[in-house]
Amino acid sequence: MPFTHHLFVRSCLVAAIAGAGLATLMPQSAEAHRRWLLPSATVLAGEDGMVSVDAAASNGLFVFEHRPLPLDTLVITGPAGDTVEPTVIGTGAYRSVFDVPLKQQGTYRIALASDGWAGTYQHAGEQHRWRGTQADIATSIPADATNVVLGETSSRTETFVTLGLPDARALALTGSGIEMIPVTHPNDLVAGEPAQMRMIVDGQPAPGLKVEFVQGGTRYRDNAGVEELTTDADGMLTLTAPQPGLFYMETAHEGVSQSGSPRRMSYTAVLEFLPL
Amino acid sequence: MKKILALAAAGMLAVPAHAEELEVALEIPRLRIAEYHRPYVAMWVETESGKTAATLNVWYDTDAKGEDGRKWLPDLRTWWRRAGRAMTMPADGISGPTRAPGQYRVRHASGSKPLSALAPGNYRLQVEAAREVGGRELVTIPFQWPPRRAATASARGTTELGTVRLITRP
Repeated sequence: MPFTHHLFVRSCLVAAIAGAGLATLMPQSAEAHRRWLLPSATVLAGEDGMVSVDAAASNGLFVFEHRPLPLDTLVITGPAGDTVEPTVIGTGAYRSVFDVPLKQQGTYRIALASDGWAGTYQHAGEQHRWRGTQADIATSIPADATNVVLGETSSRTETFVTLGLPDARALALTGSGIEMIPVTHPNDLVAGEPAQMRMIVDGQPAPGLKVEFVQGGTRYRDNAGVEELTTDADGMLTLTAPQPGLFYMETAHEGVSQSGSPRRMSYTAVLEFLPL
Repeated sequence: MKKILALAAAGMLAVPAHAEELEVALEIPRLRIAEYHRPYVAMWVETESGKTAATLNVWYDTDAKGEDGRKWLPDLRTWWRRAGRAMTMPADGISGPTRAPGQYRVRHASGSKPLSALAPGNYRLQVEAAREVGGRELVTIPFQWPPRRAATASARGTTELGTVRLITRP
């Protein structure tokens, strides 16, 4: 157990900077690009179906202009609550692409979800940014690193598609990080009709969460079109799309983990509001 | 045994002594365009609050070569959300193939499906048409059920539907 002591030291360091604030902890968070999964369709019909999904990070919505999202944390949950295997087409300069076969009637949740650690340290006179798992802390950060500032991260980027009648088994909570309980089904969204969502942090309703809600097509308008919303006392959020289209929502929350280390959580989703 | 009884009951109900009738006469317009596909059409009855009471007819590509014609049923956006997604297609007595441009009439009688469950009240006939590489249009005609006397009401589509008439007879 050569690394036990090492890890213990790191934990102490982490605990020590817990109060330092996350602005210094993760400087990149303030300039993070939007992360999104863009499905080719959200409402489908027939014996079976197929959606193609683009995974990218960018500022413009939904423009492939910055970098692809890696697919190593991709999890697709099918209508029976089972895991659905995608066909990964590949990763290009600006986007990753995969197909999702829809063989069962019902709702699918397509998500990139990961829990890990991130932060900065100094080594040999240079500042390093670091990201990895808890196990990596001991192995990939040099033992003589200084100013080690680490915290837990939890991120979820997701979208939803339905073949036939919408159902809810794929929408079950995992209880970790920020999640959304769609009170209005995420594939039953219509422009002009308010949609209710409940935001959850580690399994509990999240009041006062600030949420960004933006329609796609930013390239073709002068206004950024960002609607700033806040969840109410019960964690409820009302999304109203003034016109049909694909919308992006994003929220983040900074807290403290059970072990006392800083914990940064983020959530993004792509939702389609249809015309009626 | 159960099936025979059910069929016998249905047979008896199909021609009751005083069946009220609902007839929809609609026009699928002829369009002078390069690429034309026959439209998908759904006709249904909904309550004043927008709840679906009965889907009357659905015309879709029941014989799409090598493809599942049901794939495009959600293009009938309003019907799909209000009723279609909860139904199984094809549906006996409701679904049928798409129709070429022309005049069509469909009739339904009280006491037999799909009108058998229609309680007295105020309703709307909804006729929705959606065409591949074309547009979508929804035409609405309010009516009362059961009709006290023969009545005709009409509405006019402007793109995907021509004139739609609803004739109700006691």
